Amino acid sequence: MKTDVVIIGGGVIGTAIARELSRYRLDITLIEKEEDVAMGTSKGNSGIIHAGYDADFKTLKGQLNVKSNPQFDKLCRDLKVPFKRIGSLVVGFTKEDFNKLKDLKENGEKNGIKNLKIITDDELFKLEPNLNPQAKYALYAPNAGIISPYELTIALADNAVINGAKVLLETEVKDIRIENGQVCGLLTNRGLIEIRVIINAAGLYADEMAKGVGENFKIKPLKGEYQLFDKQWGNLVNHILFPIPTKLSKGILVAPTVHNNLLIGPNSYQVEEKDDLATTKAGIKEVYEEAKKLIPHLPHQDLVASFAGLRADVEGGDDFIIEASKKIRGFINVAGIVSPGLSSAPAIAEMVSDILKEVAQKIYPQLELNYKNNFTETLPAQPRFTDYVDKIEKWQEIIEKDSDYGEIICRCEKVSKGEIIRAIHRPVPAKSLDAIKRRTRAGMGRCQGGFCSPRVLRILSEELKISPLRITKKGPGSEVLKTMTKEMIKETGVKIKDEVRV
Amino acid sequence: MEEKEIVCVSCPMGCRMTVQAKEGDIISITGNDCPKGIEYAKEEFTNPLRILPTTVRVIGGELPLVSVKTEKAIPKGLLLKAMAEIAEIEVKAPIKIGQVIKDDLIGTGVSLVATRNIKRANSNLLSYKVLK
Amino acid sequence: MKLEYDLVIIGGGPAGLAAALEAEKNGVENILLLERDKYLGGILFQCIHNGFGLQYFKEDLTGPEYADRFITQINNHKIDIKTETMVVKITPNKQIIALNRNDGLLCIKARAIVLAMGCRERTREAIAIAGSRPAGIFTAGTAQRYINIEGYMPGREVVILGSGDIGMIMARRMTLEGARVKAVLEIMPFSTGLTRNKVQCLDDFDIPLRFNHTITRIEGEKRVEKVTIAQVDKNLQVIPGTEEEISCDTILLSVGLIPENELTKEVGIKLDPITGGPIVNENRETEIEGIFACGNVLQVYDLADYVSEEGEIVGKVAKEYLMGKRRYRSQSVKIIPGENIGYVVPQHIDFLVPDRKKIKLFMRVKKPEERVRINLIDDKGKVLSSYKKGIVTPGEMESVYLPEVLLKDRLKSLTVSVGKEDKEQR
Repeated sequence: MKTDVVIIGGGVIGTAIARELSRYRLDITLIEKEEDVAMGTSKGNSGIIHAGYDADFKTLKGQLNVKSNPQFDKLCRDLKVPFKRIGSLVVGFTKEDFNKLKDLKENGEKNGIKNLKIITDDELFKLEPNLNPQAKYALYAPNAGIISPYELTIALADNAVINGAKVLLETEVKDIRIENGQVCGLLTNRGLIEIRVIINAAGLYADEMAKGVGENFKIKPLKGEYQLFDKQWGNLVNHILFPIPTKLSKGILVAPTVHNNLLIGPNSYQVEEKDDLATTKAGIKEVYEEAKKLIPHLPHQDLVASFAGLRADVEGGDDFIIEASKKIRGFINVAGIVSPGLSSAPAIAEMVSDILKEVAQKIYPQLELNYKNNFTETLPAQPRFTDYVDKIEKWQEIIEKDSDYGEIICRCEKVSKGEIIRAIHRPVPAKSLDAIKRRTRAGMGRCQGGFCSPRVLRILSEELKISPLRITKKGPGSEVLKTMTKEMIKETGVKIKDEVRV
Repeated sequence: MEEKEIVCVSCPMGCRMTVQAKEGDIISITGNDCPKGIEYAKEEFTNPLRILPTTVRVIGGELPLVSVKTEKAIPKGLLLKAMAEIAEIEVKAPIKIGQVIKDDLIGTGVSLVATRNIKRANSNLLSYKVLK
Repeated sequence: MKLEYDLVIIGGGPAGLAAALEAEKNGVENILLLERDKYLGGILFQCIHNGFGLQYFKEDLTGPEYADRFITQINNHKIDIKTETMVVKITPNKQIIALNRNDGLLCIKARAIVLAMGCRERTREAIAIAGSRPAGIFTAGTAQRYINIEGYMPGREVVILGSGDIGMIMARRMTLEGARVKAVLEIMPFSTGLTRNKVQCLDDFDIPLRFNHTITRIEGEKRVEKVTIAQVDKNLQVIPGTEEEISCDTILLSVGLIPENELTKEVGIKLDPITGGPIVNENRETEIEGIFACGNVLQVYDLADYVSEEGEIVGKVAKEYLMGKRRYRSQSVKIIPGENIGYVVPQHIDFLVPDRKKIKLFMRVKKPEERVRINLIDDKGKVLSSYKKGIVTPGEMESVYLPEVLLKDRLKSLTVSVGKEDKEQR
């Protein structure tokens, strides 16, 4: 196949770029090796839109975060993604901490943030009554917010597809074809794509992609573990609470999620494998103990989930790598997008779009970046039953249009059959239990799918018209069921007939 | 001489009994707290029997399986053999609770009976068909 | 759709069924039973094993047969039933909001409500087992649903965590259907399930039961590949160096049931932190007058028979409540769990009932003990009544009868304690 631009990587960065580029009259293809978008770092992070005072104002991290921050209200309204601008507090206990907070404030102001404030005493505890009483100071950043990072990624992808981009899932890069110092093709597991421009947004694997054009930065996965508590604890804090940051990371935070759970984490340690998402006993303990320093009365039961995410840390690097490769023409790196990557996504996409214009001018002048006149900014409304609990009479109208909305499948998160079927037929379709979970929240509640997963599985099987035996948790290899009942005993029964069993 | 330990299930005490036997004949039973234990130990030792509850595949029903059980307990050693035979059975809906699904399961003389009702699937809907 | 009923029962499992029938038999006229699944019976239809009805019917029935006894009666009585209907909210003034595809939104005004929602299973996440998140991890009940109702085998080589009844039953079920259960692990030094199940589900099939063990890590990226297990000490802490690996493709978790009280909490009813269910009086009435609870939603039961018994209590008293015919004691008697008692239901006794002779108290002990007495002690420390018990264990719910005569007017509290057999105090 032939396309104008290929974006490697279906995380929040790749999809944000796809959406941005789909404004232009371009043939865009996003390829993702997993069976859904948002399967990498984009589903295992804190979901924070940072105000932007952390990173040095001279870096891309600093500039792009601050540039993006104000864009999230409109973006999330348009894409129907939950986002709450609840503000953040970096909490300090000592005079030394106070000085660090002052530095952060100063850097933030250099970054262009005008409403940072250092607060103490009564004001602090009025904002956060459950804060450790030994806390003394905090840097208050009203611009920070919480978001669902995978819902954002999926929505960006859906919108890109609506606007003409192609998203190819389960499509993995095998080789990059180069001719005369210029990218000319991309060999994938599904065949060859003729291409002149590749945007490398491959997250943890961006170094392996870039190696194909002779770049040698290395990405080391840095793991962070998280814990999520039941929604009854979402009100324990009103803002995102951070400890004083260190060189390594922003530290273990305590925050409500946009769906009212309580989130704590992440810790930060190197791991060997880029798919090592295991949680550990030590990590669970470390996150809990550290989070307690901010909120002493953390719940010790009602743990709904724990999970881990990997950051694509560039060895020896400390800023985003967003630039056209100097080694080979037509290759744009968007790598090392660690925190505040999610927060910077809109501005990163714009920056990449500018780089693309330059690159195109040099090597592909026919590729004019002309705006479409029918770009659709928004996604259609996605009515969710759980949003209607306080105006429940309005849900009746929705049931009348489609009775599937009257059947509740996931009791814990109150998700209707209509929402699940809709998710299966979205522009970037959900085909697995986890993909449904990310789009509808079915299976994310207290019982973690104990009640609803057999039902969700059956709905997937009926809608996709495939055997329930082929439904997976997260793509090929993770099929939920082994055989139909009676098939297995027929297999083993034959052996047992002659064996003496007690 | 043989010695076998048997835990009684007649009541929650769960007495641990020891059965001593020679060439298959019971010589002594010790460890029981009441006469029910003796009865149970005798049975368990000489010919342990079990009720077999399982499912059988249904054709044309509202559900793909009907729950069943053996009407009486059958020898413990035949359970898996019975399961293999049951795996080959298919029964047509409608099914009534108590209905004999199979006479004389693997030659034991014991019947396999349905333990629930299964209605026929709606004619204008696909029967609960498991897609291959 | 707006509806009005005298009695609305939420949950069509054994508790709800018994409550509905008993209420109808006692003269309650407008009864609505709401059930979220397609069929009545609750969890009973997937419990295809026998052991039900030994107390209630004096017969050894399978779960479906036990359910059928009640469902057949329900169909012969004047009780309105709505299946595939999910209750999403209850208000303190007894309005129920529910949903189904045919009626759409239902706003039901009830004069009395029975909570009979049962329970959910504790998850892998809730007990924070470290490791990856592959396919192949199921709670035992979900696996049971797949095998017995949906018609699929969820795994071939299985490790089961938890020797409660469900775990042991599933060990047998999976083995009978051709899977290989490599081990059942139990973190405690004793099984929390019935002895009968240990014998007939594990011993019969040579499935190893390993006490003082737990799973410390799950491995496998797409599908479970193996688990690391380890021994624990008496404080349930892992003993380093005792780790072993067991390769498997499936993990079944039978690590506890949690009464499903989200609706209860949302309406503001206080829960007992030990039972996980609402705090109730002897009528199984919660702190909101006219809202009752019975079955697993109130306390996790071992036997469906006792669930039906409790449903009957509620069915009977619902009529009295609706008639306004109840006399309260001048002060409530608080029932306090004492030595080696985890909890007692009911938590307080509120009513004066002239022809009542005794009240059944249900409880669970914290640790197993043999040759003990269960003592009922008044607020002055005097043992009012004492009951001999051969063996008590957390896995088997206990009950004693509290004679009405002991409920003197000025009695403020009654402590239930486990004491040694020989120490009979008068």
